[in-house]
Amino acid sequence: MTMLRAARRSPGGVHPAYRKEATQGRPIENMPLPPLLRVSLSQHLGAPAKPLVKKGDRVRRGQRIGEAVGFVSAHVHAPTSGTVQAVVDWPTPAGGMQPAVEIVPDGSDEWAADLAPCADWAAADSRALLARILEAGLCGMGGAGFPTHVKLGPPANKPIDTLIVNGAECEPCLTADHRLMVEQAAGIWTGARILRRILNARTIRVAIEDNKPDALAAMEQALAAAPEADAAIVALPTAYPQGAEKQQIYAVTGREVPSGGLPMDVGVLVENVATALAAAEAVVEGRPLTERVLTVTGRPVARPANVRARLGTPLSDVLAFCGGLREPAAKAIAGGPMMGLALPTLEVGVAKTTSGLLFLAPDAAPAFTSLPCIGCARCVEACPMRLLPAELSQMLEAEDYETAEAYQVLDCIECGCCAYVCPARRPLVQHMKQGKARVALKRRQQQERKAQA
Amino acid sequence: MFTAVIAIGLTGAACGAVLAVAARLFAVHEDPRVEELMAALPGVNCGGCGFAGCADYAKAIARQQAPLNLCAPGGAETVQKLAAVMGVAAAPLARKVAIVLCGGDRQRAARKFCYNGIADCAAAAAVGGGDKLCGYGCLGYGSCARVCPVNAIEITPGGIARVHPELCIGCGRCVRACPRRLIHLVPAERFIHVLCSSKDKGPVVKKACQVGCIGCTLCTKLAGGAIKMDGALAVVDYAQPLENEAVIEKCPGHCIVKVPAT
Amino acid sequence: MAEQTQPLYVVSPSPHIHAGDSVRRIMLAVIVALLPALAWALWRFGWNAARLVAVCVSACVLAEWVARRLMRRDAGIDDFSAVVTGLLLAFNLPPSLPSGMAVAGSVVAIVAAKQVFGGLGYNPFNPALIGRVFLLISFPVQMTTWSEWRIPAPAPGLEALTTATPLGLLKTSLGQGVMPYRFDAATAWQFFLGWKNGCLGEVSGLALLLGAAYLFYRKCIYWQVPVFFIGAVAAVAAVLWKLDPAHHLPPLFHVLTGGVLLGAFFMATDMVTSPITRLGMAWFGAGCGLLTMVIRVWGGYPEGVSFAILIMNALVPLINRYTRPRVFGHGRRG
Repeated sequence: MTMLRAARRSPGGVHPAYRKEATQGRPIENMPLPPLLRVSLSQHLGAPAKPLVKKGDRVRRGQRIGEAVGFVSAHVHAPTSGTVQAVVDWPTPAGGMQPAVEIVPDGSDEWAADLAPCADWAAADSRALLARILEAGLCGMGGAGFPTHVKLGPPANKPIDTLIVNGAECEPCLTADHRLMVEQAAGIWTGARILRRILNARTIRVAIEDNKPDALAAMEQALAAAPEADAAIVALPTAYPQGAEKQQIYAVTGREVPSGGLPMDVGVLVENVATALAAAEAVVEGRPLTERVLTVTGRPVARPANVRARLGTPLSDVLAFCGGLREPAAKAIAGGPMMGLALPTLEVGVAKTTSGLLFLAPDAAPAFTSLPCIGCARCVEACPMRLLPAELSQMLEAEDYETAEAYQVLDCIECGCCAYVCPARRPLVQHMKQGKARVALKRRQQQERKAQA
Repeated sequence: MFTAVIAIGLTGAACGAVLAVAARLFAVHEDPRVEELMAALPGVNCGGCGFAGCADYAKAIARQQAPLNLCAPGGAETVQKLAAVMGVAAAPLARKVAIVLCGGDRQRAARKFCYNGIADCAAAAAVGGGDKLCGYGCLGYGSCARVCPVNAIEITPGGIARVHPELCIGCGRCVRACPRRLIHLVPAERFIHVLCSSKDKGPVVKKACQVGCIGCTLCTKLAGGAIKMDGALAVVDYAQPLENEAVIEKCPGHCIVKVPAT
Repeated sequence: MAEQTQPLYVVSPSPHIHAGDSVRRIMLAVIVALLPALAWALWRFGWNAARLVAVCVSACVLAEWVARRLMRRDAGIDDFSAVVTGLLLAFNLPPSLPSGMAVAGSVVAIVAAKQVFGGLGYNPFNPALIGRVFLLISFPVQMTTWSEWRIPAPAPGLEALTTATPLGLLKTSLGQGVMPYRFDAATAWQFFLGWKNGCLGEVSGLALLLGAAYLFYRKCIYWQVPVFFIGAVAAVAAVLWKLDPAHHLPPLFHVLTGGVLLGAFFMATDMVTSPITRLGMAWFGAGCGLLTMVIRVWGGYPEGVSFAILIMNALVPLINRYTRPRVFGHGRRG
């Protein structure tokens, strides 16, 4: 019996209309190469990679074109073979400018032979496996983009006993992870086993929301075909944000990650299913990360689909592959509707963390004006971290950052549940982001002053 | 009724006596100059001097812990008065006013997107890098106008901040409030300014704004050292005199303007 | 691949979808929930009820519009909160109150209790209750003048006519050491249906419960405030009744009379002036119930709901501070 139920019910949360019907039954389609790829050197959390190529260089697919800078950073690889047109500063979805390598594909899609395949990974040294993860430039593909090799190397005093593979995909409208589980369950499971080998974890859990019965069945088959000790699938009740790390750990294991801490503080590690699959491809086939699956959806899209695109493909080309827009869109969002970033332009490239491209028609994204807080307490009920968003937003509006810090504003995970339910349409997440930035800055300045003293 | 009058009268007299004794017994010795200094100060309580209001600054002066020329709103006149009270010679004070070095309002500067969120410049700058195509320009959501203690800053109908120099007291609050560091305190008598802060190169600036500095360096030749180039941006050096109004007509980017002197 | 001219995208911070509720929809839900009680009031009190409701609602809306114009703010009357205040104020008035006084109460409720604080969301006290208390203190005679009704007498055959409410009768009679009337199951049922004297909206428990059920369904109120309010009233009444049945009436009497049901479901649950934490709501409700009984039994007024709620409104910031939930990841490990 490999399917378990959740150990605990996560606090708070909301149940938005998921609208996954448009794409959850559509198999992943491979997109042809666009005329130009723009590969950002900053697709991960941490320092941007340093460019290793310049204008005119010929590159092959999987060749390292950006080198990790410092410990928390990741390598970047050419998504296809071709010629480097330039290394330019280019806008990112967040709005800032970061260096990117422009590559004109030559169409042959020739792989570099930098990384040798390793079919017999079970016998390999776990440090060698970890080195491959680093080589392959993996980072958290669920959206956070944390460099995977850093995550897989916790300090010796924080051993990991449980690995959770995150197949929840709690954001409405997104189905990329869902289709990956249905179509490539075996690969995901292999990746999970490799990650467990590196961590030497005692337990593996694959967490999937119960609105994906076909994914649950597919993963169950994969587990049965390659059994591991103390491995099981956990069917979690569908809710947003069930896929958020802290909430998922609590639901699966009952452990609470301490405030300001990391999952390794409770002996757990969470990796997205796409990251697990990429780990399998990196180790078994020797292929660095060069592409990812994203869901293109929304009523204005002519043909919603789950698209496998090379990293650096301009989102405008991805949209064109899906038939373009059949009506004008008010918003273009990179990611899901709850936490995704609204894009000023579609000329950004697919990044390792781009899980979706969502378009909202003007009537689905009306301009809002906000009212003062009416104390309805719906945000208090919805907050998965059990904060008081109503009071926090009033403090932050008044710029009272000390009290906001005392009310634990730094624990906010910016999931958007509070703003989703607020009848006064207050921009709660924007307040929280500002407040967190100010409080974090103040704390850093205090620490610096203490260090100097 | 007679008894009532006597009783109330005696009670009143007793209270008065108690108050008189207390006033003498519990008198707080205060430097008499503090009151005169406070009368000399403008009483705006803006905090521009760095003290917590005019009373605090007056006390610091009386204790000889503060120089006499910290009050920007009061100006040279106040420095004279303070010096007279303290019995010292007055140090000269040049009056400074604030100016927003950006001229790109909604008609002249292109936008990247429609922003829908908190009407605060710091918050808006964090969303998508700000809704203006120019990454350096004024966003016009009024964070500076809100902190001005004398309402000298206007958000024009075109959506950009503009300081009215005749109202500005030079306290510097707006300078600290602007997330893009566009506001500067300049000598009040100067009237030629480069109304642009964009460090982008010329072609980029032209796409983003009709009145941006394109870095042609023409003004540096006409201004005789008073305007210098900081990369692709012309910057006025307010320490040098600048009277040649030809720079205003000759600037191809139309970003050098005459802001009326006070 | 037809592409239409794409205007500038809207960029706003996340989230980009919304549950769909708004302040106006919540106020409309409250108005709908008050309709059963309004229907009963119109049927029982006729023209007086219609007059007072119309006067209060229009006076409140007009006062809000004028006040906001004078304060140079946007009109702000389209969120229907002034309509709700007007309705609730009318429900707290005796049917024979002159219209002029109702207007005065409405103006005080909207201007002094709401707009001077900054409008909806900033008021610390329930505006309708401030209006009612203002009228009670300023016009005590008119606020305690009721129409006639036939009361069930302590002994059969001794039926009487009175103009007092059950609570008013209780206060004066017990002061003379006399039990005012027989309170049995039949009387309780009459009270529950609405066959008693009182303010426009408080007489029919059944109508109020129907409305409350709708509010629960729309998630406009949570169960903690009403349950602890009514529970505290019942508990205190039960203790007193057990100790001294000669001078106190059963808990059911206290729950069904006066403004307890109206207060518990519609007044104390006012979002702006009640706590935002569940534990806080429980304490708030219990405090309201306790104070109501204290005023009823030992205070000078026959009815204590309005004062009790207003006193607890003042304590809400304190309650919010001391009932904060344990933030996820703090304190004891899960």
